[in-house]
Amino acid sequence: MNEAYVAISLLWIFIFIYSIAGAIDFGAGFWAFVFEKNEQTRAGVLANKFLSPTWKITNVFLVLIVIAFVGFFPRATFMLGTLLLWPVCIILILLTVRSSFMVYAYSAKYFQRALKTSSAISGILIPSLFISVLPITLGGFIEEQNGTMQIQFMTLLQSVTLYTHIGFGLTSALYLSALFLADYAREARDNAAYIIYRKWAIILGPLTLGFAVLVTETMVEEASWIVDRFRDNGLWFGLSIAAFIFAYISLWIKKGDDIGHPRFAVVGCILQYGLASYAYGNAHMPYIIYPILTIEQGVTNPEMFRSLLLSYSIGIVILVPSFILFWKLFLKDQKYLNPNENPEE
Amino acid sequence: MDNVDMARAFFGSSMAFHIIFATLGVGIPLMIVFGELMYQIKKDDHYKIMAKRWTRALGIILGVAIPSGTIVGVLLSLLWPGFMEIVGQVIAVPFQVEIWAFFLEAIFMSIYVFAADRLSNLMRIISVIFVAIGATASAVFITNVHSWMNTPRGFDLVNGEVVNVDPWAAVFNPSFAVTATHVVVSAYMTGAFIIASIAAFQLLKNKNNNEKEYHRKALFLSLMVGGLMSLTTAINGHETAQMLHEYQPEKLAAAEGLFETTAYAPLAIGGYVDKESEEVIGAVEIPWALSFLATNRFDGEVKGLNEFPKDTWPPLYIHILFNIMVGVGTFLIIISFVSLFYRFVLKKTYPRWLLWILTTTGLFAMIGIQSGWIFSCTGRQPWTIYYIQKTEDAATTSPGIGTLFVMFISLYVLLLLLTMIIMLFYFRRNPLSKELHGKGVNG
Repeated sequence: MNEAYVAISLLWIFIFIYSIAGAIDFGAGFWAFVFEKNEQTRAGVLANKFLSPTWKITNVFLVLIVIAFVGFFPRATFMLGTLLLWPVCIILILLTVRSSFMVYAYSAKYFQRALKTSSAISGILIPSLFISVLPITLGGFIEEQNGTMQIQFMTLLQSVTLYTHIGFGLTSALYLSALFLADYAREARDNAAYIIYRKWAIILGPLTLGFAVLVTETMVEEASWIVDRFRDNGLWFGLSIAAFIFAYISLWIKKGDDIGHPRFAVVGCILQYGLASYAYGNAHMPYIIYPILTIEQGVTNPEMFRSLLLSYSIGIVILVPSFILFWKLFLKDQKYLNPNENPEE
Repeated sequence: MDNVDMARAFFGSSMAFHIIFATLGVGIPLMIVFGELMYQIKKDDHYKIMAKRWTRALGIILGVAIPSGTIVGVLLSLLWPGFMEIVGQVIAVPFQVEIWAFFLEAIFMSIYVFAADRLSNLMRIISVIFVAIGATASAVFITNVHSWMNTPRGFDLVNGEVVNVDPWAAVFNPSFAVTATHVVVSAYMTGAFIIASIAAFQLLKNKNNNEKEYHRKALFLSLMVGGLMSLTTAINGHETAQMLHEYQPEKLAAAEGLFETTAYAPLAIGGYVDKESEEVIGAVEIPWALSFLATNRFDGEVKGLNEFPKDTWPPLYIHILFNIMVGVGTFLIIISFVSLFYRFVLKKTYPRWLLWILTTTGLFAMIGIQSGWIFSCTGRQPWTIYYIQKTEDAATTSPGIGTLFVMFISLYVLLLLLTMIIMLFYFRRNPLSKELHGKGVNG
């Protein structure tokens, strides 16, 4: 494997981690808002319980992707930075509104509803917008004008493929977060919340799969090359669907008195997205933007490449223990998850 | 405005906005560490409450600092793609390591805030120390890139291609240590004076003796930290001037309005630099002082602007920015030492006039920070990477920046207003009196 492939694989790992963590994060923000007024369950409280300590860390993963891209593919920065100015700026505005308003809403009881509504809605739009960058990279929407590469926004906005991508991003974020929160509710022994999140996961699961098929079906002509390559990666996509079925069925497995095994479902679902995005990425190679930019054109020099790998190794050694501590305190500790059952002395 | 000016205005205002929150995000954690340590030493509940209330404020500040930092980080690639193309090839390591610092800060901030009641005293202090380390380290690493822009090392540019890359030579560029120190200690200073301002204001208007006692402790602690840090900033500022003298002489010359190369060069305070008559109009001149500042010798020779071609001169208004920065620093040193003199030597309480002056220190510190970084960045013009890349060659060629600029400015104004309103509401709803009577903090 040459340097370009090592670099793109690392980047793929980061993007994959962020897409899962981000989907859960933005989805949880939305569920917290939806179930806030629900008197019967603590589903909203639970979503906030997950969100409060984690959103900052999830956000760092986003910055990590941008920085890793500039570090590993500096020669692609010029083109990508120029092309994606508008879409990325809109994502940045939404992200800022989402995070800051969420923090404001924690701190002030005044106009809390308005703050929470804006935060939840801008949050749930973000994954859809991220996904909508994908069709741009497949060709058909970029033309050179006045010596600058530009996205043809009118063409893009009128194409069906944009909307199927957006639908896929939206349903995926909601599905993943519902599944995850179902598991989180089980961990917190909160059955009422578990039932609600399980119900939504059951509704959303098939929808995500439907959108995934629609995405493939609505590709524009210029992107048909990747559909052909999808067929070469059929095995991975097949395994991904198998993982989906496994996850979905897990929601009905009986475990003692409880119905469903959400931990299996979450693992299956992550596997499903992992396999599918591996297949997608594999089919996308070697292009970053088809057909004008490949990973070999963009990759950095060997000296920088080695230094970056060194910095990653050191970073991982320092951070893994911190992540484990974090995990124990916020995702495992019953005193945090369920303070009612474990009153503090 | 053409695209380059528009990109500069856009990025500059985004930085100006972010730097308010970023500076506090570095400065306040240090104060919280001191609050926690004082509580352990003195077992005085006031310090515990201080740490708790500062942490709440920090939480709100980080709610803006994190997304605004994401904005500037990403805008770099969007507005300056030509610059980031070189950065990625030469100085990507500190950017990368900065992310590790962010992770450290984010993880331990969550642990400190949301798990405090489940941690032992020692673990709680360790977590907040890690928050401070993460915040400081991220400032150091991003300053590393900034210092490299002023003193680029570790590569050659041959026919527009980056060759002979040595990432570590780029990292350890000559102005790194002195600039990073400057950024970090001035951020500590600003965090301390923001707290001093609030405490001084409370001492002026609050009537409750117990609460006054609390604010007196907060003021004392912040004056100790602020005084020490402003003094350190000044000493380090002297080293920074010497660094400029050696590596960016035209920046120092423009900062002081010096046109002819001279020994026994005077330091010009105030006034403005006139390009036509080649002098500083309306300034007070201290003879020989610039030579001493730059070289540690009164007969040291300082290069004037006329040594350099006119089209590479920095804008001459940086003299004013430089004066504001140095003026603010001097004011803060004097005021903190006057206050400490009242307390230690005269053994008196702070007089009201002094408290009134102290309420302005936070604002002045922030003005100093803003003028300092604008000085450093505009003083590097016309270069984005000194003698390597001109700013105009780094900027994006995408259309529509103007519209985005307006959208982002509106966002910043909205966030500034909301942050102030939310802070006021929060601390009004959770007044100190409530916590002094042993009730916990809500929210």
